Amino acid sequence: MSQVITIQPITRIEGHASIGITLDDNGNVADAKLNYQSLRGFEKFVEGKPAEEVPRIVSRICGICPWHHHLASNKAVDGCFGVTPTPTGSLLRELMQTIAHAEDKLLHFFFLAAADFVIGPTADYAVRNVIGIAQANPELATRVVKTRQMAKMILDKFSHKTIHPVAGVTGGFAKPLLEAERVDILAKMEEILDFALFTIGFAKKEIFPKYMDAIQTLGVITTGFLGTVDDDGALNLYGGRLRMMRPDGTYTDFDPKDYVDYIGEHVEPNSYGKYPYARFWNEGFSMDLDQPRGIYRSNTLARINVADKIATPRAQAELEEFRSLFGRPTQATLLYHYARLIEEVYACERAIEILQDPDITNPNVRAKVEPGAGRGVGCVEAPRGTLIHDYSTDANGLITRANLIVGTTHNLGPMNMSVNQAARSLIKEGQVDEGILNQIEMAVRAYDP
Amino acid sequence: MTVKVASDWLNSCSGCEISIVDMGERLLEVLKVAQFVHLPALMDHKYFGQRGDGHHISIPEADVGILSGGLRNQEHVEVAEAFRKSCNVIIALGTCATHGGIPCLANTFTNQQIQQRYYTTETTDAPGAFPSDGLPPLLDRCMALDEKISVDIYMPGCPPHPDHIFSALVALVEGRPAVLPEKSVCDTCPTQREGKGQLKSLRRFLQAPQYGSAAEPLDQMRCLLEQGFLCMGPVTRAGCGGDGILPRCISARVPCRGCYGPVQPHGNQRLDMLNALASNGIDIGALPESVSMLRFSGAHGRLRPPLP
Repeated sequence: MSQVITIQPITRIEGHASIGITLDDNGNVADAKLNYQSLRGFEKFVEGKPAEEVPRIVSRICGICPWHHHLASNKAVDGCFGVTPTPTGSLLRELMQTIAHAEDKLLHFFFLAAADFVIGPTADYAVRNVIGIAQANPELATRVVKTRQMAKMILDKFSHKTIHPVAGVTGGFAKPLLEAERVDILAKMEEILDFALFTIGFAKKEIFPKYMDAIQTLGVITTGFLGTVDDDGALNLYGGRLRMMRPDGTYTDFDPKDYVDYIGEHVEPNSYGKYPYARFWNEGFSMDLDQPRGIYRSNTLARINVADKIATPRAQAELEEFRSLFGRPTQATLLYHYARLIEEVYACERAIEILQDPDITNPNVRAKVEPGAGRGVGCVEAPRGTLIHDYSTDANGLITRANLIVGTTHNLGPMNMSVNQAARSLIKEGQVDEGILNQIEMAVRAYDP
Repeated sequence: MTVKVASDWLNSCSGCEISIVDMGERLLEVLKVAQFVHLPALMDHKYFGQRGDGHHISIPEADVGILSGGLRNQEHVEVAEAFRKSCNVIIALGTCATHGGIPCLANTFTNQQIQQRYYTTETTDAPGAFPSDGLPPLLDRCMALDEKISVDIYMPGCPPHPDHIFSALVALVEGRPAVLPEKSVCDTCPTQREGKGQLKSLRRFLQAPQYGSAAEPLDQMRCLLEQGFLCMGPVTRAGCGGDGILPRCISARVPCRGCYGPVQPHGNQRLDMLNALASNGIDIGALPESVSMLRFSGAHGRLRPPLP
């Protein structure tokens, strides 16, 4: 008789999702799916609102990455009103976004993902978590908590509100950075960079070598990749061109404002969330493990795969080492974690660069703004993937139409496939236990949804 | 003594949970006296058993249940009811749980309108039917927690400040009632009030307010409402600044939008604000819409679709 296994909720992730596995009469996997259960309707309910208010509304899409929604939205509103932010306004936005990346990656690696590797994928769930890590290694836990808090409190102290920020405004930023603040933040970012380098060194020595077998197999699928690069093809988190790479490594670059020509969204009957795919490949959409169609991934591994290089020295050195081990592009899903730690180094280095830009303390942070009719597409790389906000406004500057593609959404198809792949390879002849079910979840957790 | 805590997020963004993490090193103190038995953000306890073979949502017994997010679908209601059964004290954490929060802006549209837009955007291959296989059905509107279960402690905020989450948890462990701010944002705002004077209408927030140098403290700046910007401080519960008191958004030189919900638990932020403006002779016709005044507190039937 067939059996249904429901893993719900998927834990140590940011969203609301479950996994449904159906076993056939022989106890092998007949079907395994990820169900995405959240539907809130931001695209609809921002209609009619003054566009300049929307960056303070859509931040509530995600409380882990509100800066990214807040800033993609601000960029879209700038576009609607035809305003270019002042150079310092843009720099301050990028500074906040980059530090938010640095904070987020520490949160994901240590608070959400690490327990699977440090405590062990099949350990008792009561200790397989950050609380277990704190008990097993209080010294490391204290350092993690302090450093992550330091990054978060930079944002909190300067912008005054970091969960659901308000300091990004149409035309730039709400307040300038004072020289004393710059010096203070710079010193803290140097310290966080030290910790980022410690973390990637620790992971390369103590974690990844132990899990090489799992890295080569768990949740591995074949897909394309999407990420943002600058004019030189280097990784960029705040803006630039979008690059869509095919599984064979060839790629197409395009302006984010043209995203509709490149990306489509497929709807499945079992998920409120939609499934973006590369529409311009003209091969349709399929999550078939052997012959996927239109499937690409976003988030750290995708960005590391599509970038030709990284413009900061320490992150570039890490990228070179990574590529020498795994090639380009690599499809190994668990390498999202490794790629995340490379980006952590980049985010710290980039924040330091911005803080050393003489323009960063210029008091001219906000351009003059007149509301009006227009269209704007705002795009940034959120921790969980490429984030697109696309709005139209009427003559009064009220939103008439909004389309959003948020970071995690790009990975819904790939996560489904990774779950399917992991379930099929781990569950055989009815042999299933808690450890196996957690390993299937690890295939999801790598994407940091 | 150790207090058993269960926590979950419903129709939420996870900002409240991040605010818990933002207690920083105090979190490590809390973990010494609180034993978490269910916490999807950080630990792996499952609704349907650890092997996924159960048929009913099961939440372990706990002294304290913390729920963030409002109610948007049937499963949210089932989880909330399971929490009520298993927990002695229920805390509604965050404005979504206490007053509906931003997701309740959806309540000015029907579910049909929302799904129609979401599944027909310019990038979407419109489906024959909206997804429903094995999915929890949507409620007919987005609700606050107490529209379905009784709540013992209301802790609004988008998100609630870590200082207050910490002090409330410590109070619960010590068996004392949690003490939370009850004044208005204006009561805790140090900006200079000189009277509304000649102010006759309000402006949208499209330019920076007047103030001296950026280094000047907040008490040197004139009240943003008196400068002609819509600021929801008069009708919003204080607390966003935590133990540091100063309101967060106003400190960033940006007007308040009301994220802690109404000053009185059952107050109506839009009605109270419109009354306050009208009694000062300030024209509200210049503002393009007023739904946004209820952007944080649209549950309890305050926001509804317009009559056909």
